[in-house]
Amino acid sequence: MTSSNGKIRLATVWLGGCSGCHMSFLDLNEKLIDLAGRAELVYSPIADAKVFPEGVDVTLVEGAVANDDHVELAHQLRARSRIVVSFGDCAVTGNVTALRNRLGLDDVLTAVYHEGPGQAPRGDDEHVMPTLLPKVLPLHQVVPVDAYIPGCPPEPERIWAAVAALLDGKPVELPVAMRTFGA
Amino acid sequence: METVVTLTLNGEMVSARADQTLLDVIREQKIDLPTLCHMQGLSERGGCRLCVVEVQGAPRPMAACVTPVTEGMVVRTHTPELEHQRRLVVELLLAERNHVCAVCVVNGHCDLQWAAAKLGVASVRYEYLHPDLTMDASHARFVLDHNRCILCTRCVRVCDEVEGAHTWDIAGRGIKTRVITDLSRPWGDSPSCTSCGKCVQVCPTGALFEKGATVAEMTKERDFVGWIIRGRTKREWTW
Repeated sequence: MTSSNGKIRLATVWLGGCSGCHMSFLDLNEKLIDLAGRAELVYSPIADAKVFPEGVDVTLVEGAVANDDHVELAHQLRARSRIVVSFGDCAVTGNVTALRNRLGLDDVLTAVYHEGPGQAPRGDDEHVMPTLLPKVLPLHQVVPVDAYIPGCPPEPERIWAAVAALLDGKPVELPVAMRTFGA
Repeated sequence: METVVTLTLNGEMVSARADQTLLDVIREQKIDLPTLCHMQGLSERGGCRLCVVEVQGAPRPMAACVTPVTEGMVVRTHTPELEHQRRLVVELLLAERNHVCAVCVVNGHCDLQWAAAKLGVASVRYEYLHPDLTMDASHARFVLDHNRCILCTRCVRVCDEVEGAHTWDIAGRGIKTRVITDLSRPWGDSPSCTSCGKCVQVCPTGALFEKGATVAEMTKERDFVGWIIRGRTKREWTW
């Protein structure tokens, strides 16, 4: 399932994360030119697409699943992608995004907003804001995931090792030094 | 007098002293077997179950660190089933407490983190428990972070067996188990702690660390246990 121009249809998605994984992706530097020759970026925070398209070959997902919008997009991207990759520790483990899980949801909102300097919508009235899930989840606990790129953020070398394998239609098999959570 | 036994290790005939453990022999043969609770120079606990091996005739996998060698033993160290079990152990450890590697003082230098990477733990199949755990920063130099403790008891053993203070111990049962100082009083108020820091150095994770260290800044020195034991037993003081 490739584009009519023979390129792999690639998407990147930003769920509950800090965008650091996408920054690290941009740090591929000149390899981005190689990538652009072989893949077409059909959906991404850095591409102008409003709706996740059909018929995507590879989707990299940054961030944990933290609210109902994330759940909806996760199901949509899973249904429309051949290969889904958990991209970075938040997607893989929940990581920093899931640090709030040890507190109750009300306590989190109270601590961050209601005891803070400003007011913020709760998200449970009229769906002004996405409603937070009771617990932040790693992506694979919401939809099936085909490959994992750990790291916070993953070094560009890890990203390239995984993406290069996927472009060649091979499974992602990172060496030990590229498999650590965190570092 | 030393008795020598012969065993079969991954299909190879190997000689060993009868007072050795399977783990000793496996490591002598340069076979890479992961461990978390084992530490050379300390008594064995047999608790982490990463060093499980298959012993022919045994009804279940045996922890190599607490299994003595015997004549004619047939041992396999890396069957798919054993590798599967080791991954399960690491995944359960990662799910049990809040091991957030990205914001840990020993990120990049952690035994648990590297065990996961070496064993190919790409993700954790269990629900993360995210327990609400405390930290004890009452000591002048060190911090205890229960979020990252795997209950290996290396701190308990080094404090008791090498330092001789026995400040550390274990309280509670099952998932409520915690390492404690003295009778669960704050570490900083402990009259028995000598502030030697051995516990901090042998801790495999970021559960015990030096104050002032931030993310990925702390590395741990483990060789000193061997130096002290060798000095005491053989009067050879080298480091």
